Amino acid sequence: MSGQHHREPEPYPAIRTKAIESLLIEKGIFTGDAIDAKVQAYESDIGPMNGAKVVARAWVDSGYRERLLANGREAISEMGFADNQGAELVVHENTQAVHNVVVCTLCSCYPWSVLGLPPTWYKSFAYRSRAVMEPRKVLKEFGLELDDSVEVRVWDSNSDIRYMILPERPDGTEGMSEDELIELVSRDSMIGVGKAKTPAQVS
Amino acid sequence: MNESPDKQIANMEEGIALPRKNGELVFEAPWEGRAFGMAVALNENGEYDWSEFQNLLAAEIADAEQGHDSSTYYERWLASLEKLLLDKGMLEADELEVRTTEYASGERDDDWHD
Repeated sequence: MSGQHHREPEPYPAIRTKAIESLLIEKGIFTGDAIDAKVQAYESDIGPMNGAKVVARAWVDSGYRERLLANGREAISEMGFADNQGAELVVHENTQAVHNVVVCTLCSCYPWSVLGLPPTWYKSFAYRSRAVMEPRKVLKEFGLELDDSVEVRVWDSNSDIRYMILPERPDGTEGMSEDELIELVSRDSMIGVGKAKTPAQVS
Repeated sequence: MNESPDKQIANMEEGIALPRKNGELVFEAPWEGRAFGMAVALNENGEYDWSEFQNLLAAEIADAEQGHDSSTYYERWLASLEKLLLDKGMLEADELEVRTTEYASGERDDDWHD
């Protein structure tokens, strides 16, 4: 709504877009506000659901799990999720002995095609600097206390390599279907600052 | 957020996928966002099926790439939208030309925010 009284000639597509929008609004096909709402809805449109599907598949299909750990990018594209920025996707598996966690110390590189937009804390200076220096303490603040015997590995993302964590499949989920398992996979568990939920936590 | 995005729009395949930076949609200019929002709103109103728009967009991108045309993603998007609106009879070619000329000449000047 700011004044735009400087008169630079507008590029053709901008003018054409105005012409189309004004005609459609006059015809009562939509309102300008409805268009604003659409744009906003899509600005943060990909949730962590894609990643949860990938994890659940890996839990039930050991062949898929191997492909995922060998080449994350190809394995997610098998499920129709593409990283169109061309970055590699490396997937690390959390086990009873090793706990992996992801950070991007420089900026906020994030495997958004599977995890959606990064949460605010992921982009915070505190997380970016402390996750590498004192990962156990940071994890504890997220409510995840790890035994001293567990090795913690921190992966620093960059524009060429994004990381995703394959969390450990919770106990007591043997009889669950792939669709039911998806519900257990939280975003935090795929960043490595949490574990997958137990069936009791979900129900 | 009460509007939930349509996965078939959000996750269009490589080649025609929405331009993004670290997951967020990237609009280089306000008109790109408007052109995006219009196509989405029309689809949700049931004016057309998303696949109709998507097919036009894919064809537009393929043509542009074959002709080494340097148009941008949203210029191709806009061209596809325009075709679809004309095909569907939601816009008449004449009125669109008249309105475009009015905006270009400054004869018409709405309080467009940009």
